[in-house]
Amino acid sequence: MKDFFYLIPISLALGLVGLVLFLWSLKNGQYEDLDGASERILYDDDRPSESCLD
Amino acid sequence: MTCCTPATPLVTADAFRPSAPWAEELRLASRRVGDGILQTEISVPSIHCGGCINKIERGLTKLDGVQYVRVNLSSKRLVLRWSELGPPPDAIGALKQLGFNGHLFDPTEAAKPRGDLPRLIRALAVAAFASMNIMSLSVSVWAGAEGSTRDILHWICAAIALPALLYSGRVFYESAWRSLWHGQTNMDVPISIGIAAAFSLSVYDSYHGYDHAYFDAATSLVFFLLIGRTLDYVMRERARTAVKGLAQLSPRGAMTIKADGEFEYLPLKEIRPGTRLLITAGERVPVDCAVDIGISDVDFSLVTGESAPRKVESGAVLQAGTLNITGSLTVVAAATAEESFLAEMIRLMEAAESGKSVYRRIADRASVLYAPAVHMTSLLSFLGWMVIQGDVHQAATIAIAVLIITCPCALGLAVPMVQVVAACRLFENRIMVRDGSAMERLNEINTVIFDKTGTLTLGELQVANIDFIDPDALSVAAGLASHSRHPNARAICAAASVHGATFHRFDEVKEYPGLGLEGIYQGKKYRMGRSLFACGTESNSSDTVLTCEGRQVAAISFSDKVRPGAKALVDKLRSAGISMEIVSGDGISAVRKVADELGITYYTAGVLPGGKLDRVKQLCNQGRKVLMVGDGLNDAPALMAAHVSMAPANAADVGRNNADFVFLQDSLDAVFLAYRISRDSGKLIRQNFVIAIGYNVLALPVAILGYATPFVAALAMSLSSIVVVANAMRLKGAAGKGETKPFGRKLQLGRMAG
Repeated sequence: MKDFFYLIPISLALGLVGLVLFLWSLKNGQYEDLDGASERILYDDDRPSESCLD
Repeated sequence: MTCCTPATPLVTADAFRPSAPWAEELRLASRRVGDGILQTEISVPSIHCGGCINKIERGLTKLDGVQYVRVNLSSKRLVLRWSELGPPPDAIGALKQLGFNGHLFDPTEAAKPRGDLPRLIRALAVAAFASMNIMSLSVSVWAGAEGSTRDILHWICAAIALPALLYSGRVFYESAWRSLWHGQTNMDVPISIGIAAAFSLSVYDSYHGYDHAYFDAATSLVFFLLIGRTLDYVMRERARTAVKGLAQLSPRGAMTIKADGEFEYLPLKEIRPGTRLLITAGERVPVDCAVDIGISDVDFSLVTGESAPRKVESGAVLQAGTLNITGSLTVVAAATAEESFLAEMIRLMEAAESGKSVYRRIADRASVLYAPAVHMTSLLSFLGWMVIQGDVHQAATIAIAVLIITCPCALGLAVPMVQVVAACRLFENRIMVRDGSAMERLNEINTVIFDKTGTLTLGELQVANIDFIDPDALSVAAGLASHSRHPNARAICAAASVHGATFHRFDEVKEYPGLGLEGIYQGKKYRMGRSLFACGTESNSSDTVLTCEGRQVAAISFSDKVRPGAKALVDKLRSAGISMEIVSGDGISAVRKVADELGITYYTAGVLPGGKLDRVKQLCNQGRKVLMVGDGLNDAPALMAAHVSMAPANAADVGRNNADFVFLQDSLDAVFLAYRISRDSGKLIRQNFVIAIGYNVLALPVAILGYATPFVAALAMSLSSIVVVANAMRLKGAAGKGETKPFGRKLQLGRMAG
């Protein structure tokens, strides 16, 4: 049993990475306009998009 | 052709209203985002596809001073950033040219930070991470880990639980603290005590090497409760006040005529009774006044709700906020701005809002009973075990187990889950609901009061006898009518373009305010208007007459169409045992006609806004629960005072903002649909309460007898929550039988949150 303890920190670290990524995407405004994002790819636009509104 | 290209240029009575906000208003409605850049939010309800986004963003970027445009399709809103050095860009005008109607966002609303939702979601994410990891570690403890292995697992759990509980649980601690500070208790008090006690006891137990630790229970408790809290918050977000919109209807000043005949533009505050004012066509009347010189048609829809304008001449009394349509008027002010009609309306609405009895939500009512009961049970089991065994640790463990197991986890989900599903269901049917309590209140109604114009009817004049008009005459009429902003003329143009009539080009068109139009076509003089004006003879009919050289060519009659679904609605409401009445500001004959058509026996006509409010109050005092369905500004105080209120989407902004429900479709079916969904969701909420409390009642003896291990607690908590959520989901299936979904789009957090 004790031999497998090293798996615990690994799994926790992976989970933490996921959590941090989610919080980052939330802060980055990626959930602001879910309908718009799916439509926007249909329109070619040279202007780089600014997704962060704040 | 993309879906956002309008098929025909439909002209409605609304088109001529001077809705373009002035540059100053745009500035007022914006907030500073640093470095000389102002940000304005504009709501554009008609955005609905990628083409719209593209069109608007490209179009607005071209305006001077605009630095950044971004459309949000989910919230149907656009963010505009512009440099404050130049004049504000005419964004509303540009939108209109592109075929969209934009409304400025209330400055106070726009300046508000995005609220607590992001904070709640962050807390939820952290709680989800912590509870899942702790749960997976706990499984190995339940599976039989022993000795030092178990202790290590416990300590890892503690290390994850502490920051998560501190961060995610803050919502509950703060609320509990506030409530205790005011000498009250709410649902959050037992929750906070339970979390804190469970964590401390678990740390103590881990230190002393006991079998059980409640880290998993504490974190998953926070997780489940946060789900309920987040859903509830999403539902509540929409409440807003409307009084601000009213003030915008009054102009900022008026052109006064001095004794020596000179004109001077004075701010509203400086206008005294007796001041002579000039009101040109297209302007709103600034203060209550009487007409001195001039003839015109005036739109009284703010006062009476009636969309057909009235002819006014010398001696007529005008209320502030009414709209002068065709001719210039010289008027004498009869009151100051503070004593005028609009100011009076604001006072009425504020009074209606403050006088309304506060509705206590089901969940709040439940928690008042629930929290003390939980505390007492926990305390009694502690004392009981102290008496029986005298072991403090044992007694404390059991008391905490009781607290955890009775924690209102499923209760916290019972109401918001149902309401979110119901709001989704309503949204699919194009009905917006302002908050969750509105559905609870709609469930209780037993009386409905309808406004007539714009609510039971569509509120747009239509040519009633279009099939009997000679196509040639229609072309002539349309050619003449295109020169006027009068609603009758607009209706003729709309009817002509729908029927594909060509518009004859007139060389010379003169509009006689209050009478009609005169124009020359192919050398002949055509007149259209009241029969006295057009034919020179008085006639009883209110038809608009078209004449050529004094000879009648056509008579055009207008009517306001009853909304589709109105009759069916009345029948359904009657069979549901709900009494109905019409309270309208319109004349008795028009009201009687609609009432007879729909079979509503009780109706009153010619009612002023204050009268509508009084009627609602009177019914409320008789203990009736009133649903007010209305659209106009004159309905706004009544909408506010009623138990629950509903408005069509084409209502005046003020009416729309005051209503609990807004339906986007033309058909009145929406009213009954909203009622039925609210009734069903009320039933599901009651079922959920029974399930949640039933679980607790079953689990309580187990906990009191000391058998509630962390495993049992986790199982009970998760199962009851899942059952409650599953039960809420049934609403969708039950309400969706055999119905098409015209608006199949999911409700999203972002849409509600903005």
